[in-house]
Amino acid sequence: MSLKGQAYIVGAYEHPTRHAVDKSLSQLHVEVALGALADAGLSIEDVDGYFCAGDVAGWDAPGVGPTSVVEYLGLKLRHLDTTESWGSAYINHVEHAARAIAAGKCRVALITQAGRPRAEKMSPELAHRLQAQTAPESQFELPYGPIVTNMYGMCAMRHMYEHGTTSEQLAWIKVAASHHAQHNPNAVLQNVVTVDEVLNSPVVATPLHRLDCCVISDGGGAVVLAHPDVAKSLNKPLVTPIGAGFTVKHLNGGYFDILASGGVQTGAEAFAQADVRPADIQYASLYDSFTITVLIQLENLGFCPPGQGGRFVADGGLISGVGKLPFNTDGGGLCNSHPGNRGGMTKIIEAVRQLRNEAHPAVQVPSCGLALVHGTGGQLGARHGSATLILEREE
Amino acid sequence: MSNRIPAAPQPWPETEIFWKAANEDKLLLQRCPATGKAFFYPRTYSPFTGASPCEWFQASGRGVIYSFSILPRAQPPYCIAYVTLEEGPKILTNIVTPDYESLKIGQSVQVIFVESTDGQKVPMFEPS
Repeated sequence: MSLKGQAYIVGAYEHPTRHAVDKSLSQLHVEVALGALADAGLSIEDVDGYFCAGDVAGWDAPGVGPTSVVEYLGLKLRHLDTTESWGSAYINHVEHAARAIAAGKCRVALITQAGRPRAEKMSPELAHRLQAQTAPESQFELPYGPIVTNMYGMCAMRHMYEHGTTSEQLAWIKVAASHHAQHNPNAVLQNVVTVDEVLNSPVVATPLHRLDCCVISDGGGAVVLAHPDVAKSLNKPLVTPIGAGFTVKHLNGGYFDILASGGVQTGAEAFAQADVRPADIQYASLYDSFTITVLIQLENLGFCPPGQGGRFVADGGLISGVGKLPFNTDGGGLCNSHPGNRGGMTKIIEAVRQLRNEAHPAVQVPSCGLALVHGTGGQLGARHGSATLILEREE
Repeated sequence: MSNRIPAAPQPWPETEIFWKAANEDKLLLQRCPATGKAFFYPRTYSPFTGASPCEWFQASGRGVIYSFSILPRAQPPYCIAYVTLEEGPKILTNIVTPDYESLKIGQSVQVIFVESTDGQKVPMFEPS
């Protein structure tokens, strides 16, 4: 069933905090929920469908997390969906919410995401290790010290080997993000950086430099989807999902290509559903845990042929107003925020801003009517959930 | 320069054979009984077909580096890698060498066994 017009994103809100020492995790979830509902012109009583992932408080205690946050928010539900795929989960939730609304399971769907790793002094490495102890692969991986940066380092190393990609080309991705972040007063990194500054930052895991990495930040965000009857009663531009795809890419018994993420499948599926092509996309929110993540996703989604990502991003290819594909105009995870080490929600929110013509004027894409959101949750060079979403502004 | 001591793996009943063999300096793999294809990591049911039992066999221990990344600021520095084994599957591991600068993708490597924090040996690789 086509997604188009089945449901609309009517509310979006990004929490302004980047260091939430004074707020609990559940408080962040309620603040983003209320923010998105206020943006929509709705209230908490209107919500009958709720979507959350592994970032809610108590998730690691069986049976506790989702029901606790529903109680804390005071929701009266007809539908609950807790699909977890790390940072990509929320992008997948938008599709789930639209389909739940179309199936009559709910009329107003709320999706929240929040995290405070900076306040908790929780590195992504430590978070990964705490969660991974009981996973069946852990005994065959943890002895070797996989700590996120070196797993993405292997992706970059292989891309350089197969395609001749350079550190300079990767650096252009950070440069583009920084050009956008200078206009975002909430961004963690607001200074424009140069290719040389990226290359001169310390090597954290060969061949990646510190400035190839995203920031570690607190915060979060929420979006609200509504049934067409509700959406058309509200005073907001009509933004609808028109295509979506989701998969889990894994190591397949030891036979895999670390340059082919789940985006190969989810991009093809989303574009086919939406009946549009990569060249039609006017703005892209691309998961940017590292610069290499963006490069590989661009190729996997079909924005350029395999191996051509380096040329695509060089010389400002991703800078709004300069390049052919404006990306992450809020500064992305590379400069703005990567709340709770999960970047999917902020990706949706910036795409909605673009489609509503509400992005910062310096980065707003003129007459933006078609946007893509893509997330890689987990690890690009190992197992991850990939989610693609194509959004359209309905006139 | 001393090498990094790997964290001890936590074996499960279905993988005890693998770790026992590692303590005897043997790298074991399993084969899918339906397709004959070798796979890694070890488990009771084939990741390709769900078939069992999956026969254990000793791998040659030879492979080539598929990709790697060095953490230069770790104490001591270490190199994580995927090695493509001669039998087909790729394996996450460390490359042990006094000369990280010389490592290259496509380079031939040979398995070695390194004691972890509790004495259990784990397979690693060195240039051959």
